[in-house]
Amino acid sequence: MAHDQIRISVKFFAAPREALGTDEMDVELPKGSTVKDLIDILQDRYPALEIYTRFLNVAVNRAYVGMQTTLEDGDEVACLPPVGGG
Amino acid sequence: MKLFEITTKAVSADEVLARLVEPSVGGVTAFVGVVRARTDGRETDHLLYEAYPQMAEEQLRQIGGEIQDRWPSIREVAIVHRIGRLEVGETIVVIAVSSAHRQETFDATHYAIDRLKEIVPIWKKEVWEDGQAWKSEDHRGGPTG
Repeated sequence: MAHDQIRISVKFFAAPREALGTDEMDVELPKGSTVKDLIDILQDRYPALEIYTRFLNVAVNRAYVGMQTTLEDGDEVACLPPVGGG
Repeated sequence: MKLFEITTKAVSADEVLARLVEPSVGGVTAFVGVVRARTDGRETDHLLYEAYPQMAEEQLRQIGGEIQDRWPSIREVAIVHRIGRLEVGETIVVIAVSSAHRQETFDATHYAIDRLKEIVPIWKKEVWEDGQAWKSEDHRGGPTG
Protein backbone atom coordinates (compact mmCIF):
# COMPACT_ATOMS: atom_id res chain seq x y z
CA MET A 1 0.00 0.00 0.00
CA ALA A 2 1.41 3.38 -1.05
CA HIS A 3 2.00 5.89 1.78
CA ASP A 4 -0.60 8.28 0.37
CA GLN A 5 -3.29 5.59 0.55
CA ILE A 6 -5.52 4.40 3.39
CA ARG A 7 -7.17 1.02 3.79
CA ILE A 8 -10.61 0.69 5.33
CA SER A 9 -13.05 -2.17 5.77
CA VAL A 10 -16.59 -1.78 4.48
CA LYS A 11 -19.55 -3.77 5.80
CA PHE A 12 -22.82 -4.38 3.96
CA PHE A 13 -26.21 -5.47 5.27
CA ALA A 14 -29.63 -6.61 4.03
CA ALA A 15 -30.54 -5.79 0.40
CA PRO A 16 -27.22 -4.23 -0.70
CA ARG A 17 -25.36 -7.13 0.94
CA GLU A 18 -27.39 -9.57 -1.13
CA ALA A 19 -26.95 -7.51 -4.32
CA LEU A 20 -23.17 -7.52 -3.82
CA GLY A 21 -22.91 -11.12 -2.70
CA THR A 22 -20.56 -10.17 0.17
CA ASP A 23 -20.90 -8.71 3.65
CA GLU A 24 -17.44 -7.17 3.97
CA MET A 25 -14.55 -5.96 1.83
CA ASP A 26 -11.32 -4.00 2.21
CA VAL A 27 -10.98 -0.89 0.07
CA GLU A 28 -7.91 1.27 -0.58
CA LEU A 29 -8.50 4.98 -1.06
CA PRO A 30 -6.36 8.11 -1.42
CA LYS A 31 -5.64 9.83 1.90
CA GLY A 32 -8.25 12.53 2.61
CA SER A 33 -11.09 10.61 0.94
CA THR A 34 -14.56 11.24 2.32
CA VAL A 35 -17.51 8.93 2.83
CA LYS A 36 -19.00 10.33 -0.36
CA ASP A 37 -15.81 9.49 -2.30
CA LEU A 38 -16.04 5.93 -1.01
CA ILE A 39 -19.69 5.57 -2.03
CA ASP A 40 -18.91 6.97 -5.51
CA ILE A 41 -16.07 4.48 -5.94
CA LEU A 42 -18.17 1.53 -4.74
CA GLN A 43 -21.01 2.53 -7.03
CA ASP A 44 -18.66 2.72 -10.03
CA ARG A 45 -17.09 -0.60 -9.21
CA TYR A 46 -20.35 -2.41 -8.35
CA PRO A 47 -23.25 -1.14 -10.48
CA ALA A 48 -25.60 -3.44 -8.54
CA LEU A 49 -25.23 -1.03 -5.59
CA GLU A 50 -26.52 1.99 -7.43
CA ILE A 51 -30.22 1.57 -6.65
CA TYR A 52 -29.43 1.49 -2.93
CA THR A 53 -26.88 4.26 -2.48
CA ARG A 54 -29.27 7.24 -2.26
CA PHE A 55 -31.03 5.61 0.69
CA LEU A 56 -27.88 4.56 2.54
CA ASN A 57 -26.81 5.91 5.89
CA VAL A 58 -23.18 5.43 6.77
CA ALA A 59 -21.55 4.63 10.09
CA VAL A 60 -17.84 4.96 10.77
CA ASN A 61 -16.57 2.94 13.70
CA ARG A 62 -20.21 2.27 14.67
CA ALA A 63 -21.41 5.90 14.78
CA TYR A 64 -23.61 7.59 12.18
CA VAL A 65 -21.67 10.16 10.13
CA GLY A 66 -22.38 12.60 7.31
CA MET A 67 -21.24 12.11 3.70
CA GLN A 68 -18.46 14.72 4.01
CA THR A 69 -16.70 12.90 6.86
CA THR A 70 -13.04 12.22 6.12
CA LEU A 71 -11.99 8.59 6.40
CA GLU A 72 -8.90 7.43 8.29
CA ASP A 73 -6.72 4.38 7.80
CA GLY A 74 -8.24 1.36 9.58
CA ASP A 75 -11.78 2.76 9.78
CA GLU A 76 -14.70 0.34 9.89
CA VAL A 77 -17.30 1.77 7.53
CA ALA A 78 -20.82 0.33 7.44
CA CYS A 79 -23.30 0.93 4.61
CA LEU A 80 -26.71 0.91 6.31
CA PRO A 81 -29.91 0.70 4.28
CA PRO A 82 -33.09 2.04 5.96
CA VAL A 83 -33.47 0.09 9.20
CA GLY A 84 -36.45 -2.07 10.06
CA GLY A 85 -36.18 -3.45 13.56
CA GLY A 86 -38.97 -4.15 16.00
CA MET B 1 -26.98 -8.73 33.52
CA LYS B 2 -27.01 -7.19 30.04
CA LEU B 3 -29.69 -4.51 29.64
CA PHE B 4 -29.19 -3.90 25.91
CA GLU B 5 -28.79 -7.02 23.85
CA ILE B 6 -29.00 -8.43 20.35
CA THR B 7 -29.43 -12.20 20.53
CA THR B 8 -30.06 -15.16 18.26
CA LYS B 9 -31.81 -16.99 21.11
CA ALA B 10 -35.50 -17.00 22.01
CA VAL B 11 -36.50 -13.92 24.01
CA SER B 12 -38.80 -14.18 27.03
CA ALA B 13 -40.63 -11.11 28.32
CA ASP B 14 -40.62 -12.49 31.87
CA GLU B 15 -36.90 -13.00 31.78
CA VAL B 16 -36.25 -9.43 30.52
CA LEU B 17 -38.62 -7.98 33.15
CA ALA B 18 -36.73 -9.87 35.83
CA ARG B 19 -33.57 -8.01 34.84
CA LEU B 20 -35.16 -4.77 36.13
CA VAL B 21 -36.95 -5.73 39.28
CA GLU B 22 -35.38 -4.57 42.52
CA PRO B 23 -36.83 -3.19 45.76
CA SER B 24 -37.07 0.50 44.73
CA VAL B 25 -39.06 -0.35 41.60
CA GLY B 26 -42.81 0.12 41.84
CA GLY B 27 -43.71 -0.66 38.28
CA VAL B 28 -42.34 -1.95 34.99
CA THR B 29 -43.95 -1.26 31.62
CA ALA B 30 -43.09 -3.63 28.78
CA PHE B 31 -43.61 -3.60 25.05
CA VAL B 32 -43.39 -7.02 23.43
CA GLY B 33 -43.14 -7.18 19.63
CA VAL B 34 -44.34 -10.46 18.12
CA VAL B 35 -44.29 -11.86 14.56
CA ARG B 36 -47.68 -11.24 12.95
CA ALA B 37 -49.31 -13.76 10.62
CA ARG B 38 -50.42 -11.19 8.00
CA THR B 39 -48.89 -7.93 6.80
CA ASP B 40 -50.47 -5.77 4.09
CA GLY B 41 -52.80 -8.61 3.19
CA ARG B 42 -50.09 -11.22 2.69
CA GLU B 43 -49.54 -14.32 4.80
CA THR B 44 -46.11 -14.27 6.44
CA ASP B 45 -44.31 -17.61 6.42
CA HIS B 46 -41.45 -16.36 8.60
CA LEU B 47 -39.20 -13.33 9.16
CA LEU B 48 -35.43 -13.05 8.88
CA TYR B 49 -33.79 -10.40 11.05
CA GLU B 50 -30.25 -9.22 10.52
CA ALA B 51 -28.25 -6.72 12.59
CA TYR B 52 -24.94 -4.94 12.85
CA PRO B 53 -24.77 -6.35 16.37
CA GLN B 54 -22.12 -4.20 18.07
CA MET B 55 -23.50 -0.94 16.73
CA ALA B 56 -27.08 -2.06 17.39
CA GLU B 57 -26.30 -2.71 21.06
CA GLU B 58 -24.60 0.69 21.31
CA GLN B 59 -27.65 2.37 19.75
CA LEU B 60 -29.98 0.55 22.15
CA ARG B 61 -27.85 1.82 25.03
CA GLN B 62 -28.09 5.32 23.56
CA ILE B 63 -31.89 5.07 23.56
CA GLY B 64 -31.72 4.09 27.23
CA GLY B 65 -29.62 7.21 27.89
CA GLU B 66 -32.03 9.44 25.97
CA ILE B 67 -34.90 8.10 28.06
CA GLN B 68 -33.11 8.80 31.32
CA ASP B 69 -32.33 12.34 30.14
CA ARG B 70 -35.96 13.00 29.20
CA TRP B 71 -37.60 11.28 32.14
CA PRO B 72 -35.20 11.43 35.11
CA SER B 73 -37.59 9.42 37.27
CA ILE B 74 -37.07 6.35 35.07
CA ARG B 75 -34.98 3.87 36.97
CA GLU B 76 -33.77 1.49 34.27
CA VAL B 77 -34.39 0.48 30.66
CA ALA B 78 -33.79 -2.92 29.08
CA ILE B 79 -34.13 -3.67 25.37
CA VAL B 80 -33.53 -7.15 23.97
CA HIS B 81 -33.98 -7.79 20.23
CA ARG B 82 -33.78 -11.19 18.61
CA ILE B 83 -32.24 -11.75 15.17
CA GLY B 84 -32.16 -14.73 12.79
CA ARG B 85 -35.20 -16.69 11.65
CA LEU B 86 -38.45 -16.02 13.54
CA GLU B 87 -41.74 -17.84 13.10
CA VAL B 88 -45.24 -16.41 13.46
CA GLY B 89 -46.05 -15.84 17.15
CA GLU B 90 -42.44 -15.66 18.31
CA THR B 91 -41.14 -12.68 20.27
CA ILE B 92 -39.02 -10.23 18.29
CA VAL B 93 -38.26 -7.56 20.85
CA VAL B 94 -38.88 -6.81 24.50
CA ILE B 95 -38.58 -3.27 25.84
CA ALA B 96 -38.95 -2.84 29.58
CA VAL B 97 -38.88 0.41 31.52
CA SER B 98 -38.91 0.57 35.31
CA SER B 99 -39.65 3.34 37.76
CA ALA B 100 -40.74 3.94 41.33
CA HIS B 101 -44.04 5.20 39.88
CA ARG B 102 -45.87 4.15 36.74
CA GLN B 103 -46.72 7.40 34.99
CA GLU B 104 -43.68 8.06 32.84
CA THR B 105 -42.93 4.43 32.02
CA PHE B 106 -45.71 4.42 29.39
CA ASP B 107 -44.35 7.43 27.49
CA ALA B 108 -40.79 6.15 27.78
CA THR B 109 -41.72 2.73 26.39
CA HIS B 110 -43.48 4.33 23.42
CA TYR B 111 -40.45 6.53 22.81
CA ALA B 112 -38.12 3.51 22.93
CA ILE B 113 -39.91 1.50 20.23
CA ASP B 114 -40.19 4.55 17.95
CA ARG B 115 -36.47 5.32 18.33
CA LEU B 116 -35.56 1.67 17.83
CA LYS B 117 -37.32 1.69 14.46
CA GLU B 118 -35.48 4.90 13.56
CA ILE B 119 -31.83 4.45 14.53
CA VAL B 120 -30.95 0.86 15.44
CA PRO B 121 -29.21 -1.04 12.62
CA ILE B 122 -31.52 -4.03 12.38
CA TRP B 123 -33.19 -5.21 9.17
CA LYS B 124 -36.22 -7.38 8.56
CA LYS B 125 -36.95 -9.60 5.59
CA GLU B 126 -40.51 -10.82 5.19
CA VAL B 127 -40.70 -14.24 3.61
CA TRP B 128 -43.99 -15.34 2.03
CA GLU B 129 -44.82 -18.61 0.33
CA ASP B 130 -44.23 -16.96 -3.06
CA GLY B 131 -41.56 -14.36 -2.44
CA GLN B 132 -39.59 -12.20 -0.02
CA ALA B 133 -38.67 -8.56 0.58
CA TRP B 134 -36.63 -6.38 2.94
CA LYS B 135 -38.98 -4.08 4.86
CA SER B 136 -38.43 -0.72 6.48
CA GLU B 137 -40.83 1.85 7.87
CA ASP B 138 -38.60 4.66 6.76
CA HIS B 139 -38.28 5.05 3.00
CA ARG B 140 -36.77 8.52 3.22
CA GLY B 141 -33.35 7.44 4.34
CA GLY B 142 -33.20 7.40 8.14
CA PRO B 143 -31.44 9.41 10.84
CA THR B 144 -28.80 11.29 8.88
CA GLY B 145 -30.96 11.77 5.81
